[in-house]
Amino acid sequence: MAETETKALRVKEKRGVPAVAERTRPGPTFTPAVDIFETDREITLVADIPGVKADNLLIDVRDNVLTLAGEVEAPEGQGEVDVLREYDTGKYLREFTLSEMIDQSKIEAELKEGVLRLTLPKVEAVSPRKVKVNVE
Amino acid sequence: MILRRLPNLPRLDWRDPFEELERMRRQMDRLFEGLSGRLLSEPTAGVFPLVNVTESSDNYYVRAELPGVKSGDMDISVTGTSLSISGERKIPPEDEKANYHRREREAGKFSRMINLPGQIDTSKVEARCTDGVLSIVLPKSEAAKPKQITIKTS
Repeated sequence: MAETETKALRVKEKRGVPAVAERTRPGPTFTPAVDIFETDREITLVADIPGVKADNLLIDVRDNVLTLAGEVEAPEGQGEVDVLREYDTGKYLREFTLSEMIDQSKIEAELKEGVLRLTLPKVEAVSPRKVKVNVE
Repeated sequence: MILRRLPNLPRLDWRDPFEELERMRRQMDRLFEGLSGRLLSEPTAGVFPLVNVTESSDNYYVRAELPGVKSGDMDISVTGTSLSISGERKIPPEDEKANYHRREREAGKFSRMINLPGQIDTSKVEARCTDGVLSIVLPKSEAAKPKQITIKTS
């Protein structure tokens, strides 16, 4: 279980996505890195969205499509001049099609240190049940 | 030579084929530059984390995106003109029964050195981590600050 050696983190360039509709505010859009895992009762989604404040985050479930959208405000203050620029900031956008029925009233979201954790509980009826096959 | 097998290739100056290749490479660079709006000749350091450095007349600012890294797991140190950021990004293990659909986030150690263009006042450096973005303010030392020179009129 315990790993003796921790591997070094590699640089991952942010992946840009083309804007769906014409944007009113210019700027790049990125797809955040996510982990998605599922248990019997719920689906959990963890996304890296550094720089997004809770007020600027939009989570929407509609017609089985989950949309995550976040705006990042440029952190640079006035009078700052670029010396070195290795990453860009902009919007985060990602959509997922949910194959399971989700109980929308029980969705929970937590944003901490730039990481969003979204818990999507499954509707009771779809929780797996053992089906007994009767043999006559 | 592979070129001999391609009869449709435009005629090259055979006295210096490398010069021709170099010219083509420059043209390609210019093309990509126009597409991405970024200079290809200025690649990133390739070391995690990527940083943005800006300056004002009083300070240098270094910013890096480090989502999910606790401030206790980060180590920042400064010398006269350089800054070092190191630490570890930990991703706590989930429920053993969880089945993964996607796993794109990575955990691991990082360590990076950034050379600043000028001397800094090491005693007044401040670092802050909000919403997964590390932001370090490094005040310039008096000697590195720009000085306004008044022109005397006689």
